[in-house]
Amino acid sequence: MTTQPTTQVFDADTVAKAQELMARYPQSRSALLPMLHLVQSVQGFVSQEGIAFCAGQLGLTEAEVSAVATFYTMYKRRPCGEHLVSVCTNTLCAALGGDEIYRRLQEHLGEDGAPLGHEDTAGTPGEPGSITLEHAECLAACDLAPVLQVNYEYFDKQSPESAVELVDALRRGEKPQPSRGAPLGDFKSAELQLAGFFPEDEQTFRSQVDGPSQAPETLMGARIAANRGWTAPAMSDAPLPEVEKK
Amino acid sequence: MSDPLTPVLTKRWLSPNSWRLSTYEQLEGYTALRKALRGTPEQLVQLMKDSGLRGRGGAGFPAGVKWSFMPPNEDKPHYLVINADEGEPGTCKDIPLMMADPHSLIEGCIIASYAMRSHHCFIYVRGEALHPYRRLNAAVREAYRAGYLGSDILGSGFDLDITVHAGAGAYICGEETALLDSLEGRRGQPRLKPPFPAAAGLYAAPTTVNNVETIASVPYVVNGGADWFRKMGREKSPGPKIYSISGHVERPGQYEAPLGTTLRELLDLCGGMKDGIPLKFWTPGGSSTPMFTAEHLDIPLDFEGAAEAGSMLGTTAVQVFNETVSVPWAVMKWTKFYERESCGKCTPCREGTYWLAQILERMVAGRGTAEDIDTLLDVCDNILGRSFCALGDGAVSPITSGIKYFRDEFLALCESNKRELVGAQA
Repeated sequence: MTTQPTTQVFDADTVAKAQELMARYPQSRSALLPMLHLVQSVQGFVSQEGIAFCAGQLGLTEAEVSAVATFYTMYKRRPCGEHLVSVCTNTLCAALGGDEIYRRLQEHLGEDGAPLGHEDTAGTPGEPGSITLEHAECLAACDLAPVLQVNYEYFDKQSPESAVELVDALRRGEKPQPSRGAPLGDFKSAELQLAGFFPEDEQTFRSQVDGPSQAPETLMGARIAANRGWTAPAMSDAPLPEVEKK
Repeated sequence: MSDPLTPVLTKRWLSPNSWRLSTYEQLEGYTALRKALRGTPEQLVQLMKDSGLRGRGGAGFPAGVKWSFMPPNEDKPHYLVINADEGEPGTCKDIPLMMADPHSLIEGCIIASYAMRSHHCFIYVRGEALHPYRRLNAAVREAYRAGYLGSDILGSGFDLDITVHAGAGAYICGEETALLDSLEGRRGQPRLKPPFPAAAGLYAAPTTVNNVETIASVPYVVNGGADWFRKMGREKSPGPKIYSISGHVERPGQYEAPLGTTLRELLDLCGGMKDGIPLKFWTPGGSSTPMFTAEHLDIPLDFEGAAEAGSMLGTTAVQVFNETVSVPWAVMKWTKFYERESCGKCTPCREGTYWLAQILERMVAGRGTAEDIDTLLDVCDNILGRSFCALGDGAVSPITSGIKYFRDEFLALCESNKRELVGAQA
């Protein structure tokens, strides 16, 4: 295992968490993806120290870790804002207004007439109210298009106006409730959860888990069926098939 | 004949707090597990074969047959890996399922693991799906406390651990061998097959990769039996299926109907085309399935029906576009998606999607040339069947089907550089 001078950035708690991640898998390298999420929960991006930290923990070279970190879009190589706003601009969302939402946010968050670029940050990264903007691929909420996410929580059926209001609220330090998801935190806290670490306190965890998840669209078919009395065929208790003993 | 909608997987979603263990247990939850544990693994594999349940992740491979590829011995550990990396454009069924009813997936995982002699199951959830990931983690925690997971499950002597794992943003990880590489902590790039995962999968050990909707169906098949399952759908594509309808319809949403339901029937259910603007084109199962048009309203949407009509069932992600949308524009947007998501491992896909996107962008920008259509089709021909995995094949689907049905729109971009695009980008 290589030793790297990363202890000042990553404290004993982070080291303990990294060790815990490795113990979750039959082979420690499987912990690399969660560990990179963990690194982002500390620094708000994957820094060179973060790469060295993962390499040191896992006994990999920095090149091996870099190869992985640069492959996945969720690992950011520059410091992110307090919030990450991801606008779906894949075809279906785009046709329903996603492209226009993204364009409006680029202009609205840009400075001196220059639109904000993909993965650029409005404000100082890490400071309250700072926002990193990105266009995202299909976010798997097409029945609720156009959608965007803030720190990976869903804001459904957006318009350019609602999206501008949303980012203004974020800049004012407010935390609007997602359409579906837990009460809004920040990018780093989302990354900690993606690393697999949830609030110790059961009540806090439960309040996040119980955050809303079902839009009317989600339940559309089930509700129509219930209203019209349509059901799947009734089940009778069928025995498991007989098979010859091997 | 079954009813037009047959909620099985989606039925419990209507209950308050449907994601909690207490709700699940009140609604027959974990009864299939008890029944399965009284049987043998061989019986469960046979049941899955009898039911005809086909993989819900897009390929439609019979689940029971896939399970039977796992070796009967346990010389190496066996793994069950759930593909919850939902990312095919248009697809939005697994994410609501994991949010609304995570225990049905977990119960399915336990039964499937028992059937395949696996003692460690991984659920690979797309990273952007934070709330489903959170709900699954909470459900796994509940299941451990209740004795459905861990050692000696319900006194059966069977042990199982489930690890919920978050990805990090890469469409290619929905390809099962790329998913395994990713789960091993590597770049998510597909592996050469054979060996297939049942021979050498995760950590080179016998592995089965199944989709969320497939495994969540398992408890119902165990409780209801193969004959019950076959009362829905068609001979070769039995069972209910979640059709995710999005786009220009009055009531988009999740509609669980028997396999073989047509778009005409689905449009009836979702209130028809939005504002009465006519249908132009649609995908039966995500952007990688060749598009259909208004001529295909009566195609039975099952694995055979979609294939016979020149497309694929895919994930039953029905994206509906009306006459206001330009086909070349839509195709260009999808192509840019494949270009970004190409993993870079093989040349036809990496270079081909890059050039396809360049040409389409130029055409849509009004600078098309007379050769562009031929060049597009030529590049597609060099990707289809020549790329390392199905991503490349999927990338050419929108282009070849778009040109097949809407050649005039592409021609217009070549012949008249000034003609304006009709469409949603305005």
